[in-house]
Amino acid sequence: MNLEQLLSLDHPLTRLVIGLLCIFAFVGLNGLVLVWVERKVAGHCQLRPGPLHVGPHGLLQPLVDAVKLIGKQLVAPAGSDKILYWTAPLLAFAPVTVCFLPLPWAPELSMIPMNLGLVLILAFSGLGVLSLILAGWGSNNKWGLLGAARSVAQSVAYEVPLLLSVMAVAITAGSLDLYQISAQQGGWPWQWYGVKNPLAFFIFLVCAVAETNRAPFDLPEAESELTAGFHTEYSGMGFGLFFLAEYANMIIVSGVAAALFLGGWQGPFLPGVWWFLVKIYCILFFIIWLRWTYPRVRFDQLLNLSWKWLTPLALLDLALAVIVAGFGG
Amino acid sequence: MSVSQLIEEAYTGLKSLVIGLGVTGKAFVQPGVTVLYPMEEVERDALVTFRGHVELIGKEEDPAVPRCVACGACVKACPSNCITVLCPVAPKEGEEGGPATMAPPPQKGCKTPGAFIVDFSLCSLCGQCARICPVDSLQFSDNPYMVSFDRKDFQIDLLARLKRMAGEEAGE
Repeated sequence: MNLEQLLSLDHPLTRLVIGLLCIFAFVGLNGLVLVWVERKVAGHCQLRPGPLHVGPHGLLQPLVDAVKLIGKQLVAPAGSDKILYWTAPLLAFAPVTVCFLPLPWAPELSMIPMNLGLVLILAFSGLGVLSLILAGWGSNNKWGLLGAARSVAQSVAYEVPLLLSVMAVAITAGSLDLYQISAQQGGWPWQWYGVKNPLAFFIFLVCAVAETNRAPFDLPEAESELTAGFHTEYSGMGFGLFFLAEYANMIIVSGVAAALFLGGWQGPFLPGVWWFLVKIYCILFFIIWLRWTYPRVRFDQLLNLSWKWLTPLALLDLALAVIVAGFGG
Repeated sequence: MSVSQLIEEAYTGLKSLVIGLGVTGKAFVQPGVTVLYPMEEVERDALVTFRGHVELIGKEEDPAVPRCVACGACVKACPSNCITVLCPVAPKEGEEGGPATMAPPPQKGCKTPGAFIVDFSLCSLCGQCARICPVDSLQFSDNPYMVSFDRKDFQIDLLARLKRMAGEEAGE
């Protein structure tokens, strides 16, 4: 391997390094923007202005908060399992970078071509739950442990309908590559799988909110019952990494939803990457809107919803998709 | 529970979710109601319901003189004992005509208070005094910006305040 080869864009290692840098920059910047959007939407939903004084319309507020978080001392509680305790936030953030790889930003913009992108995302997003368990267990804190236990039950319950709804789309498209699935839809809403198969879209959205531990399914955190759930004991950037991972996960599920159900990068007039970003941000806004509208569900309601409603409906949807694909294709 | 009941329940549930989104969505596009205090202040008309310390109401013909008849009902009604009303008592016959002494109400022949002091540091703003006043001479003031480093500033002489306010109004 010579240097010339390494410096050309065709070399996989070069692409990987550049791609990872882009992902880190994008995740960091988006974390800041989304925190601001979250607080602004919260404010306006409650007829107040939200952050306003640091920078124009409070735009620099998350930056100042981040500086504060970085400046804080990292404390591990007495009796905690130090190794697990510090592994957890890193483990929460690590799969995020992998999950960004297969997202179809634009037809010409891909880091590594992979034909099983969807499987990769689903597999690595499961690691997030492991980090919550480690955090809850390693903290030596009852709130943490309760939050971790809840997160396990929740993600086991919601991964099933999520997978089934994704499978329905994958069968319709005949591919597990997000680029191909996007390419098979058109630029107009009636060509999207979300319109052709609204039930799968609905199930996916509900499960996505649950998988990212967002309100109304934020039982692992449940600040009014469990202080902060699994991250009760984390201070400074330990908490910051969990926080960043939550927002990055939101971007990933929104990206997957945009690619599977809203035609990915396709759209009239604008180049692809802008359409993809617009669709992602619309879904993100919707998720944030949900958070400031609904109260947290009770634990039995959460599990009932998944096992009694979403899973059977997703199975039904999958069966329909198979029949339609069988007769159509 | 039958299947039709289940479906009906799910339908009403989903409908209520959409209605909920409508409520916050509408609030999202409405202008906010928060007043950014140091830069903006609440309009004076909006402060009519504000409960500041109590103040005396002047007579219509002479706003500098309170309607108060010095009956002492407010003093008795106050659960915090923060109102002090004193009546000037004329010197008795045969005594030296020195300065008029002050005595708590009710006093015979006294129809207007000689002193009316509220200790706002004790007041709990319950409004019993204003409610019980037989001549409607007490009301809540509407100044939310009352602030001081000195406890004595909250011993408010309402008679002097009424005179000052009447003078200000006449001067305008």
